[in-house]
Amino acid sequence: MSKANTILYLDGVSVSFDGFRAINNLSLVLDKGEMRAIIGPNGAGKTTMMDIVTGKTRPDAGEVYFDGNVDLTRHDEADIAMLGIGRKFQKPTVFENHCVEDNLLLSLKGPRSILPALFSRRSTAENKRIDDIFDIIRLGHRRGDLAASLSHGQKQWLEIGMLLAQDPKLLLVDEPVAGMTDAETEETARLLKQIAETHSVIVVEHDMHFVRELGVKVTCLHEGSVLSEGSLDFVSADERVVEVYLGR
Amino acid sequence: MISQRFFAAGADRRIAITISILIGVAVIVPTLNIAVAPDSAFHVPSYLVALVGKYLCYALLALALDLVWGFCGILSLGHGAFFALGGYAMGMYLMRQIGDRGVYANPLLPDFMVFLNWKELPWFWHGFDHFWFAALMVMAVPGLLAFVFGWFAFRSRVTGVYLSIITQAMTYALLLAFFRNDMGFGGNNGLTDFKDILGFNVQANTTRSALFAASAATLALGVFVTWRIIGSRYGKLLMAVRDAESRTRFLGWRAENVKLFAFTVSAVMAGIAGALYVPQVGIINPGEFDPANSIEVVVWAAVGGRGTIVGPIIGAVLVNAGKSWFTGALPEFWLFALGGLFIAVTLFLPSGIVGMWDSWQAKRSGRKAAADAADATAVPEMAIAPAAIVRGGRPAAGAAPEPQPAE
Repeated sequence: MSKANTILYLDGVSVSFDGFRAINNLSLVLDKGEMRAIIGPNGAGKTTMMDIVTGKTRPDAGEVYFDGNVDLTRHDEADIAMLGIGRKFQKPTVFENHCVEDNLLLSLKGPRSILPALFSRRSTAENKRIDDIFDIIRLGHRRGDLAASLSHGQKQWLEIGMLLAQDPKLLLVDEPVAGMTDAETEETARLLKQIAETHSVIVVEHDMHFVRELGVKVTCLHEGSVLSEGSLDFVSADERVVEVYLGR
Repeated sequence: MISQRFFAAGADRRIAITISILIGVAVIVPTLNIAVAPDSAFHVPSYLVALVGKYLCYALLALALDLVWGFCGILSLGHGAFFALGGYAMGMYLMRQIGDRGVYANPLLPDFMVFLNWKELPWFWHGFDHFWFAALMVMAVPGLLAFVFGWFAFRSRVTGVYLSIITQAMTYALLLAFFRNDMGFGGNNGLTDFKDILGFNVQANTTRSALFAASAATLALGVFVTWRIIGSRYGKLLMAVRDAESRTRFLGWRAENVKLFAFTVSAVMAGIAGALYVPQVGIINPGEFDPANSIEVVVWAAVGGRGTIVGPIIGAVLVNAGKSWFTGALPEFWLFALGGLFIAVTLFLPSGIVGMWDSWQAKRSGRKAAADAADATAVPEMAIAPAAIVRGGRPAAGAAPEPQPAE
């Protein structure tokens, strides 16, 4: 398989914790600009896969390449974030004691060393960028509020906004609609589709309605490797997927 | 009343008032001590100048701890070590100033070295006859130790209680090391019997007053620096690391560097506090490295209110004033009182005196706003919003966070 023109390239990746094989010879390729939905039962290795890509976990074996030629196993979390991979956690993780706007300010693409952070002042370009992100995530009316005061769904959007502020090439989005109302889920699907126009995106999600709404290629993981891959209709018709995940 | 205005003020005004008070104290107290006749009602006795001067050094130490504990969540149980190292650097300068006035009248060697039969000054004592060199070391030695310690600890991602334990081990190791005579720092007697500082007699009233003024002014500077750090983008980042460290990493920040900077700045502040402390108390010995001292600093910060700039200062002064009274009146009960205080604060005042005041104020203004709203209009929801505007930039415990005023 050629790595050219891929944004993410995993080949033969394995990792085990205390003898338990969380990821088992996993191969997954994402083209530039593609959005992919990943489904699978609990313990299938979805979050572990994200940990590997973002440098939190180091694989025991296999190749992990970003943007065709960057070996991600040689970099740590901060490096990988700066290379252009943004990650949203399963549980929304925002800076609760900061106002919504400061959450975005700390996420903005820019120098990441101490002295500039100590002496920098906000530039008009940064203000403009923050305004743009507020337009996308539709939280402009809450910009001065503490992030802790946001609803669960709004925190999810804020975290997506923080990802956008980083201006990554690839977004890894872990369960963006868990605990959301139907209206919020719809809104999130709209948001992700808009983001996918200009970014590569991987979405992990259990909500099949949401995955259908996204209308993208689906990969089903099971026991740490790919069980089935294709359109949602193809995957949900797959006997093995029905067996382990969807249920009869 | 000043105290009322002080507490009611917003975060920035509170800082301005604190700095003004400290500068005012730096000028007025020495004046009342030196220029006012001892029989006047306005005379400040010398023992009080020395005592409060000591408290101000403790306050600077508590502020230094709060920078890492309150704002970055690093519970250091070894900050007394940085304080003591700064104190030793100053003590070495003061020892060299004794010259040939020591008991053994050796112009080069301090008394304890003559006693140990040493023939020459150890290499690390060179340069300490110059004040500028000693002043540099006061900052460099604690800063360097904190940098090296933090470099390894934060890179290895040692956090929480494990970090607290190794900071405790660090100060204990230094305690044992400085007890040894062959370390060259005076063993368990430490450094004492000082004569001059910058050519002035350390015992003289005027010198003591000058040291008091220097302590108050340095504390004011410490408040200003901390306030600027906390208000910067780095300060926001510092609190972000405290609240969600892994999030900052996945945004591309190096959390270990963020912590390392604060830890080093904090150690330098603690070192300066120690250097101001030693000439005022006239002695530095390994007892200052005692882990219990470092824990006491944590109690001061907790009592005053961690995560606030003013809180640790109030806490340090109040607890030490209490200690001075207690150890005079009921000496054997002091440690019980301190322990009880810490438990009581943890249980009933988790955000300390300043934090409690803030939430009380928020509640009161909330009630007032609600009452005003009931009088004026039938739309209470809108008017309750100011209720939760929390003063001091931190949410009140229990109150729903609501819009904050722009700073």
